[in-house]
This record gives sequence, structure tokens and C-alpha cells, in this order.
Amino acid sequence: MGSILAFPAAVLAYFARMGWVRSIALFVGGGFAFVLLYSMVGNAWTYFDSPPAPQAAEEFHKEHKHLALKSDGPFGKFDKAQLQRGLQVYTEVCSACHSLKLVSFRDLKDLGYNEAEIKAYAGSGKQWKIEVPSINPETGEATTRKALPSDNFPGPFPNETAARAANNNALPPDLSLITKSREGGAAYVYSLLTGYQNQPAELLKKFPDAKTPANLHYNPYFANLNLAMPPPLSTDGQVTYADGTKASVDQMAKDVSAFLVWTAEPNLERRHAAGFWVTIFLLFASVLAYLAYRQVWHDAKRQVVVTGALDPANQAKTRKAKAKAGVAG
Amino acid sequence: MSFSWAKPYEPTTPFMKWLDERLPLPRLVYGATGPGYPVPRNLNAWWNFGVLSAIFLGIQIVTGIVLAMHYYATGDGAFNSVNQLIMRDVNGGWFLRYAHMNGASFFFIVVYIHIFRGLFYGSYKAPRELVWMLGLVIYLLMMATAFMGYVLPWGQMSYWGAQVITGFFSAFPVVGDPIRIWLLGGYAPDQAALTRFFSLHYLLPFVIAGVVILHIWALHIPGSGNPTGVDVKSEKDTLPFHPFYTAKDGWFAAFFLLLYALVTFFVPNYLGHPDNYIPANPLATPAHIVPEWYFWPFYAILRSFTLDFILPAKLWGVLAMFSSILLLFFLPWLDKSPVRSGSYRPIFKRFFWLLVLDVLILGFVGGAPISPFRTALGQIAAAYYFLHFLVILPLIVKYETPLPLPDSISSSVLHGEAAEAAPAGQTTKRRGSSAVAVAR
Repeated sequence: MGSILAFPAAVLAYFARMGWVRSIALFVGGGFAFVLLYSMVGNAWTYFDSPPAPQAAEEFHKEHKHLALKSDGPFGKFDKAQLQRGLQVYTEVCSACHSLKLVSFRDLKDLGYNEAEIKAYAGSGKQWKIEVPSINPETGEATTRKALPSDNFPGPFPNETAARAANNNALPPDLSLITKSREGGAAYVYSLLTGYQNQPAELLKKFPDAKTPANLHYNPYFANLNLAMPPPLSTDGQVTYADGTKASVDQMAKDVSAFLVWTAEPNLERRHAAGFWVTIFLLFASVLAYLAYRQVWHDAKRQVVVTGALDPANQAKTRKAKAKAGVAG
Repeated sequence: MSFSWAKPYEPTTPFMKWLDERLPLPRLVYGATGPGYPVPRNLNAWWNFGVLSAIFLGIQIVTGIVLAMHYYATGDGAFNSVNQLIMRDVNGGWFLRYAHMNGASFFFIVVYIHIFRGLFYGSYKAPRELVWMLGLVIYLLMMATAFMGYVLPWGQMSYWGAQVITGFFSAFPVVGDPIRIWLLGGYAPDQAALTRFFSLHYLLPFVIAGVVILHIWALHIPGSGNPTGVDVKSEKDTLPFHPFYTAKDGWFAAFFLLLYALVTFFVPNYLGHPDNYIPANPLATPAHIVPEWYFWPFYAILRSFTLDFILPAKLWGVLAMFSSILLLFFLPWLDKSPVRSGSYRPIFKRFFWLLVLDVLILGFVGGAPISPFRTALGQIAAAYYFLHFLVILPLIVKYETPLPLPDSISSSVLHGEAAEAAPAGQTTKRRGSSAVAVAR
């Protein structure tokens, strides 16, 4: 009997010496570490026993291309001509499926349009064709009316169900914040628009089951490689730019990406300008405050030349000698 | 408050005298953050972060109150009130929102540095145990506030973050699900959850401010610690808080606000997640649900438990995650070394830096998508986290010979010339410079 209890007794005696807090701590810490180790070994076992099958989306997915825009960097400003071209691409191509709910027509003054131009753009029916849902003032029946500068961009579909019904059950996302809601931002949008290609033979050879389904389109910049959106920009000259710029697919993709940076962050220029002055102010304030600090501390923080045993160089020598001699401390 | 040589408040104008006799508020301020609070003269830059965190709490409260004036706590309106009304239509709304968003991140940055400073210099040790524990209460309240604040824009990460974090409770058997439903006011995050999170998000910062007052009060009883960990022995060891530490904190605050401004104005979304610019959608789960960066180490601990062992893996994860913070409350009794400062503890010092590295690794693992390698790395790092606090810290003291401590704070700063050191408040002349009044 005594021999059976010897071990627990020794453990208890040890715990008593340790103090109860540290005894429990030792137990809990060891416990968590053990369960973690158990998980790790178990995972490793599964991993080597039945390695996870490689995925086409992991191997063939590409990082977005590089895209340089005038709005990049701390001093970045929008290229208004480019934003106007981007708006034209959005109007003539993207707006067939994608809404721009958070942007209103009056915001277009940031792009360099005057009030008359904005009014004409929104309501003349020549450039912007989608009408705004409204109510007939006499009958109260649902109807539509021409857009006003105070309206937000009306979407192409009345609701999500209609949008899905028109797009093989895929929902075209709202584009207002698209460059902020995707990793890579504008560069991602640009890569996606210019990234359509035929499915590589190599992929099909390696993953015969991963053939792009009908109604989907292969695009290596899209997370799962198969995108419901058909290539929106397919031919050069699809849009005839008002400013005469040659509308290559690449150019259109760049312009609309730049435009979507503006829709997501219309205050970018104001932010950069404010940031510049705040930085200058805080630099100045830090330097001034630092000098004040030096002044206040001038006599409290005495710069004493240390000599003898307390000289850091001598202390280092002492430590070295002690380490060599194997003396603690 | 704490030392016999602390300067008592003397009202200088008849009005202040009148006020002091009726409501001694100026006396309180004078003794707490004025010339009446003697502070060790050898504090290094790591001691600036306490004041800095108070500054960030202030920034959060001020920007938050204004943002709340323009925010709609409804499932339909929340996303647009943030991303259209505040970001586009409210004058300067974009600035308030980015300042608040990044203010939260910077609040956590300074608080983490403040906590690690406490860990290194043994600030949790007697007689400052309650200072440490009140600090942890503040930290827990900050976590709750930050989590609920992140839910308010009602983006995808808001929604799914709320889903995952309230899901912790359902790991507990029997009581778990009813608690979760009670917290959310429904089976999933919805209008009820959003409104109560908004209400609490507005309330908790003021609770934090209250606990901050207790934290400072408890600190001022023994007085501030210092990098040597040696107690204050005489007037020579201290300087009055004002003007010395107001000046030091002042310049450092201006410098740190500069860093904060650079992020806020030039890369305001760098610390956030793009998915939160997609409106909440209960039907579409994001590919990688991750919390904000300041929760990543804990998220890594949660996800590190992958296999059932007696208890379900999820319950282990939740228990470990809660324990990882709660164990810090026991630190004063886990680390029994009589030496406070890590500078004089050769073994402790190495493990401390290992812990810093460990938490950084946990942060990396918690923020990245799951992969077999990263999961294994996270498991090792999580195991080290617990071993560090619960096994290594209690045991170090047995094997460690601390370095000799300086006799006093002033001798550590002034080296051999302590005898010649001028007490604060005296005028000295040196190196041909004109006389400078030190503390007036």
C-alpha cells in the first residue's frame, strides 16, 4: 500500500513546496502543451498517411499584375482625363450588369465636369440610359424617370433575383467599393479584365476534372479560376473615346480600374493633401517638443563621463573575464 | 501622494484657493500629473506608452462620439451609413472614420508595447499587482469594445467575425448555445445583435476610462516603477512629473502621432481587411475569416487545437484562448523572482525575447490562411506560450543568479558622481552654459 502511495505523495510534497498557484500552473501549462503536441503529431500523421490532393486553384492561380496609376503613393492625384475615359467604359460596358450604388451623379464634378455636363450626362438619355425608379404623380403607379444630378447611379436590375435571373444565377457585384474590397485593388480589377485566356492544356492534363464548366470563363486571376462574367472588354475600339485616345483592351481596362479607384475613394486627393500638411505640422511639433524636452532635462540628465570600475568598457572586460573563469554573474 | 518629498499643492490665485477649499480638483490633478507626483528619474522611452494609450483612448472617444451621430445601427442602413454617408457625404467624415479605424489599431499597438514593457521590467510584481490586474481588465474591455466596433460597419468580416466569436460560447456543452443566443438576441447575428453591440460599443470606452482612473490611482500608491526595478530611496532618485515627464511624454506623443497620421492619411486600409468593404451576407461565407490583427495571436491559439482529446478540439481551443489571457492575472504569483527588472535577469531576459518572437509567430499564423506547415508552427508557438508563463517563468528563479543591482536609482543614472548630483529644483552651472532652472 505504501509503495502505491509513494509516488502521489512525492508529487503532493513537491506541489506543497512549489505553492498551489504554481502547481496548478505547471499542470495547466503542461496539459495545454501536451494536447497541442497531440494535435500536431496527429495532423502530421494524417498529412503523411494521406497527403492532401493538389488543387487546380492553388497551382494555377496567379498573383495580380502590376498596375501603376497616377493616384498611387502619398502624393498621388487622379488623372481626370483617365477617370473620364473610365466613366465612359463603365457607362458603355460595365453598367449593363454592374451597379454603382454609392456614387451619385453630382459626384462627377470631381472628374472635371461642370453642372450642365453632369445634368446632360445623367438625364439626356444619350450617355446614361438607365432610368430611376419612381412613382407616377397622378396614378401612383410604379414608373421610371430620367436621372437627376442628385440621384445615385441607378443599377441595371431592380433586385438581386432579377440580376441573378439575367446572369445564369451569378450576381454581378456592385462596383462602388470594388477596388477596396478586393486584395490588390485596382491592379486586381485590371488583371481580371485582361486575364481571360483559354484553359492551359497543362492544367487539363494534370486535373482532368477541373475543366471550366459551360457558362463560366477561365481566368487565372480569379480565386477559383472560373469566372461567371464573360470577357467584358474583348476587342480594341469597343469604346470610342471622346478624347481620341486609342481604346485598346489594355487601355480600357486601365482606365476603368482607375475610375473604380475614384468611386471607392473619392476623397483620396483631399486625404493626401490633408496628410501632407498634418505630417509637416507633426514633424515640426515633434522637433519643437523634443527641443523643449532637451531644455527641461538639460540639468537633470547629466552626461557624466564614467571612469574606473563603472566604465561600461571595464564592466564588459570584467564580464568576459568572469565568463572565461566560469564565475556566475 | 506617495513620497514625503512630493510637493504639496499651493494655490497661487485667490480663485484657486477658493476652489481648492471647496472642491480640491486642481489639487488632485497637481498631485497626479503635475509637479506633486515624484517619478523615478531614470525612466526610458518604454515608459511613454502609458500616457500614449490614454491619448489614444481620448482620440477614440472623441472621433467615436462624432461618428455615432452619423451612424445607423440597422441591418439595412449600417453599411451604407458608413460607406456612403460618413465616407462621402459628411464633411470630413472620411477623416473621422479612418482616424477611428486606425486609432483602434494604434491603441492596441501602444497597449501591447505597454504590456510587454510591464512583462520585461516586472511591473506586475509587488507592490504593483493590482496595477497590473487593473491593466488586464482594461485590456479585456478593450478587446470587447474593439470586437463590437468591428461589427458595426456590417461588412462581411463584421458579420462573420461576430458569427465566429459568439460561436466560442457554443463550444461549451449544455449552457453554450443558450448563452450564445442570449448574447446575440437570435440564432445568428442580426438586427438585435447589431443594436446591442452599438449600445455596448458606446458604453464600454467610458467604463475603460473609469478603470484607467483606478489603474493610475493604484499606480500612484507605490509610485511608478523604473528600468532598474530598484525602489525609490530618496528625493535624489525622483523628478517631479511636471515638467520633466510631461515634456518627455509630450515630444514622444507628437512623434507617435506622426506615425499614426502617416497610416491614417496615406495607407488607411492597410491594417484592415478588404472583405469588410463587402456588405454582410449571411449566405456567403468568406474564404478566410480572420479577426483584426490585434486578435491574431489568440486566433492562432484557438485554431491550433485540431484534434479531439477527451474534450472536443473546439472546446480545447476556446479554453486555451481564454486561459491565455486569464493566466496573466496570476503572473505576480507565478514569477517569484525578487528581482523586478529583466535587465538584471540573464536567463529571464532570453526567454522574454523568445516570448516576443513567439507572440509575433502566433500573430503571423493567426492572420494567414490555414496550411499544414503554418498550423504546425502555430501549435509549437501556442505550446511555448503556455509553457513560458506556466512552467518556465515559475522555474527560472531556481536556476538564475541575477546580476548585481545598483544601490539606488540615482547611482544607476549618475554613476560615480551621485554625491555631486543636484537634487531637482536646484540651479546648477556647468560646461560654461548659463544657469538653467531645473524644476520651476
